[in-house]
Amino acid sequence: MTNNAWNKRDWYNHPNLIYPDYKSTVFRNPKNSLIKLENLPEIPSPSFEKTSMRSIDSDLTLNAKKNYDPIGERIIVLGKVKDEFGRPVPDCLIEIWQANSAGRYVHREEIHDAPLDPNFLGAGMTLTDKNGDYKFTTIKPGSYPWDNHHNAWRPAHIHFSIFGRAFVDRLVTQMYFEGDPLFKYDPIFNSIPDKKAKDRLIAKFSIDQTIPEFAHAYIFNIVLRGREATPMEA
Amino acid sequence: MKKNSFLQTSSQTVGPFFAYGLTAEQYQYDFPSLVTGSLIKTEMNEERISIKGRVIDGKGVPLNDAMIEILQADPQGLYRTDPNGDFFGFGRMGTGTEKTNTFNFETYKPGKINKGLAPHINIIVFARGMLNHLFTRMYFSDEKEENDKDLILNQIGASLRSRLIANKVGDGDYHFDIFLQGEKETVFFDI
Ligand SMILES: [Fe+3]
Repeated sequence: MTNNAWNKRDWYNHPNLIYPDYKSTVFRNPKNSLIKLENLPEIPSPSFEKTSMRSIDSDLTLNAKKNYDPIGERIIVLGKVKDEFGRPVPDCLIEIWQANSAGRYVHREEIHDAPLDPNFLGAGMTLTDKNGDYKFTTIKPGSYPWDNHHNAWRPAHIHFSIFGRAFVDRLVTQMYFEGDPLFKYDPIFNSIPDKKAKDRLIAKFSIDQTIPEFAHAYIFNIVLRGREATPMEA
Repeated sequence: MKKNSFLQTSSQTVGPFFAYGLTAEQYQYDFPSLVTGSLIKTEMNEERISIKGRVIDGKGVPLNDAMIEILQADPQGLYRTDPNGDFFGFGRMGTGTEKTNTFNFETYKPGKINKGLAPHINIIVFARGMLNHLFTRMYFSDEKEENDKDLILNQIGASLRSRLIANKVGDGDYHFDIFLQGEKETVFFDI
């Protein structure tokens, strides 16, 4: 089995490397085209285990709590990780990081003048279960300004890092929230060429998954690359 | 072949603020790290190496907000991806904790993977300003004979091959700068 059996990165659904509206892409990406390889042997993905995690690692309202609950709107973010053929991807590590409800990151270099929340870090991780499902409890992040252009604000988002079943299956992305007024002004979101692909990064509010008297729920499903027919699969 | 019924989720940049989530231990944030820049878990009687380098943009500036992931075979040439084994061939580092914006992996030198594949390290590069991560690989300057036979290096034009070869700069120390753009632009793969 070689990696050539994995579907290629689908450049219709991924951004271009250089997208000048997002200024720093201009000097931070290659100008030569990416080189295709023949007969690249299979490179596995690292695997991870539930036993190396604490249950609070997937609950951002608890994992940095010092004395009070973090400030903001408590939400559940849940979904399924599938491949391009619709098969669930179990045991895949999902790491997330985000700003707090005021739009402030804990990161030391962040200078945005919004309050830090002493009870909120904004980092979480979990594994998908055997059906490819994952779930986080967190606080809805605020929008924050950045210096890309005049009056630039990022739509509220949660950063996602996902490991699939092979090295080539790696994905880092961002999840957005339904109804955000900032989508049309954000070059990072709009770097994705296809309108439907952009829509798939927008988590949908779900009344069915909302937990009464506790938290709104948003559904964000993730599709990783698929592998063509594997007749000898054990 | 079955038709794809679902479309790949689009990539987005890792942004500048990944450190407290993805590399918390390295940057000293209070959150656990499943992986770090050290692949040394147990002492093995094998060749220990360090891999240092920078991620340099098209203006020649080394980035302080890039993140590198490496995946490599063990000294016997086997991929060992079980986190409970005595070797876990995966590491991750940001470039924001050293003054020189250097990453610095500590590991064992990988063995050659069966025939036709010289010892190498698989690398993924992430950074603010990169909407997609990039794949490259690193070979060793002191493995010339194996490199000359390598199945992948031989698919790359002779003039570009040297850009994938780390320089041995000391006993067990290798240096590998990644040039995102410019005259020395690193070779990246569409895999
Ligand atoms: Fe962000």
